[in-house]
Amino acid sequence: MNEKTDPNAARKAWLGLLARCRAADLNALWAGAALAPDHTVLRAPEVGSVMVRGRAGAVGSAFNLGEVTVTRASVRLASGEDGHGYVQGRDKLKATQAALIDALMQTAQADAIRAAVLDPLQDKMAQTRATRSAKAAATKVEFFTMVRGED
Amino acid sequence: MQADALSGGFANAPIDAAHAFRHIMQVMAEPGRIETVTGGTPPAPLSQAAGIVLLTLCDPETPVFLAPSRDKKAVRDWITFHTGAPFCGAGDAAFAVGTWDELTGLPFPIGTAEYPDRSTTLIVECEAITNTDATLRGPGIKDSATLSLPETAAFQANAKLFPLGLDHILTAGDQVAALPRTTKVS
Amino acid sequence: MYVAVKGGERAIDAAHAWLAEERRGDASVEELSVPQIREQLKLAVNRVMAEGSLYDPDLAALAIKQSRGDLIEAIFLIRAYRTTLPRFGGSVPIDTEAMACDRRVSATFKDAPGGQMLGPTFDYTHRLLDFKLVAEGDVPAAEEAEARDAQTPHIMSFLDREGLIQTEEDSDTTPPDLTRTPLELPATRDLRLQSLTRGDEGFILGMAYSTQRGYARNHAFVAELRIGVVPVEMDIPELGFAIEIGEIEVTECETVNQFQGSKTQPPQFTRGYGLVFGMSERKAISMALVDRALRWKELGEDNLGAPAQDEEFVLYHADNIQATGFLEHIKLPHYVDFQSELELIRKLRREAQANTAPQTDTLDASPLGGETACRATGGSFPGKMKEAAE
Repeated sequence: MNEKTDPNAARKAWLGLLARCRAADLNALWAGAALAPDHTVLRAPEVGSVMVRGRAGAVGSAFNLGEVTVTRASVRLASGEDGHGYVQGRDKLKATQAALIDALMQTAQADAIRAAVLDPLQDKMAQTRATRSAKAAATKVEFFTMVRGED
Repeated sequence: MQADALSGGFANAPIDAAHAFRHIMQVMAEPGRIETVTGGTPPAPLSQAAGIVLLTLCDPETPVFLAPSRDKKAVRDWITFHTGAPFCGAGDAAFAVGTWDELTGLPFPIGTAEYPDRSTTLIVECEAITNTDATLRGPGIKDSATLSLPETAAFQANAKLFPLGLDHILTAGDQVAALPRTTKVS
Repeated sequence: MYVAVKGGERAIDAAHAWLAEERRGDASVEELSVPQIREQLKLAVNRVMAEGSLYDPDLAALAIKQSRGDLIEAIFLIRAYRTTLPRFGGSVPIDTEAMACDRRVSATFKDAPGGQMLGPTFDYTHRLLDFKLVAEGDVPAAEEAEARDAQTPHIMSFLDREGLIQTEEDSDTTPPDLTRTPLELPATRDLRLQSLTRGDEGFILGMAYSTQRGYARNHAFVAELRIGVVPVEMDIPELGFAIEIGEIEVTECETVNQFQGSKTQPPQFTRGYGLVFGMSERKAISMALVDRALRWKELGEDNLGAPAQDEEFVLYHADNIQATGFLEHIKLPHYVDFQSELELIRKLRREAQANTAPQTDTLDASPLGGETACRATGGSFPGKMKEAAE
């Protein structure tokens, strides 16, 4: 996920963010940005599943863990850019909004979209995650040892 | 992926696929019957009917074999985007697409005694499909039916393999017909 | 044998209507919402997702509400729904090293790099009923502390570096899938792990416990148990690269067992592995123990005849939907089956009475009639097996 080595890193990052965020949060920001880009639907929103795989012993060969619900949609803007949305859950509106944002991020509107939608989403999710990590850190065990090593 | 590959799928997938499935099921259940299928527009040289059969029956778990005349980047991209089906050699194919000359004689799986369904369904691209030439008899046919087949010997040999064997869907333009392994050809 | 029996339609409609009313319970008590179940009965939701084999907390919560809290019924609903979903593909195997851990403990290394974090655990509670929960009230905020901002390495990787633990062979071939292809034996480990992770928690727990008590001599240590959120990535053909399509909470358990060596392997530690949707620690540990017990063949161990070593026994009985389907169907009409049994018993009794009574009438004491009836009922068995399959 290094921007220097992976030419797709930026797009991966926003698609991942759109996949993981809460539908209600995206919808609120989408509405707030008042976006209504002219587009055609390449693939109508479709609810389906993805088989999640794990690895035996965390590092060995893959096995099927179970499925997760995913909704996808693809759009083409009037200006020609294609956008794809793959989002967790069963929200068709969210999948369409994600596809439209993916397409708009390839246009001159990218900076405006980033400021109005992606950055606030990112901040909110980072905040949620940080709170969780902080709570987990508070449950860290500090062992008292009679004889301690050199650390 | 080329931009064209992303268009030409079912506009309303659940309904279009259900209609197409119904037609494919009918032609398979009544060999000799010819139906017209609509709702998808695949890239050339895939016929509309062959494209719709793929859209309807394929998914990421049905490997597809493309014969040389159909193995074009535009076709591959279109199938990948709209069905997710992987591509494979003849020996692993769940579905195969091509002209009869290209497909006949290839080592497609014919199923096993335990799982006769683990066989390939050939989508045979034809110039035209008409109710002429070969006489068909067997399940789903009242007395007899006729269908334009590329040949008879191979289908006779295939029927002898029953319950194993290949099933065939014939496609031309927007028309589709079928010849399952149960049909006796003369 | 099955015969169509008509006449229950009105009764069934009335039963369903009453079921709906009973599900709601006393109308003067506030109705439970699906988000309430999702947030406040999260461990039940997790179990339904793991055994239903579909990660979707809202759906699992709905299933629990609909099934009145009968979790196997809820799992059944999820399995049925799951079959209606088109599958877009398979994910890239999840990287549990990248997990944002809520909990991470090791029973083998006190000073595990990354530390031991207890997380929201029941472990140190006193198991005293808390009557404060009867009264609704605010919960004090959990404490927070500064978090380290780095990945938490797997503890096994340290043993691995020393060469003291059996190595896991990496492979990127597409694993077989139980939901698409019927189970065939002998099963490969990938198939066993899929079967165990969606298997019934109680059954897997019982099997795991049996290994601890001595059936298969399987003394395991929990090298690491971690619970948290991992991203799920999938290759998207139209993009030409993999993207995150969501994130899921999982529980991962890695166990180590001392291993004296065998005909084919040097003395070393061997490993068992558990990975389960959601926070499902009991299930993950159980899975790891049973996984280890089932690996006797590849490690060159002896088959001690223990149930947990018997792949056919474990895998064919782990699925609670198959089990409950076959079990519960015996309450449905079997009038004809039973009729033939009834006739057989009557006949046998007549014969027995005829034999003990003064020898007057032994005309219909032919054993052939009884044998035929037995075969007729026995013959319907495979049909029912199919019916019970998912």
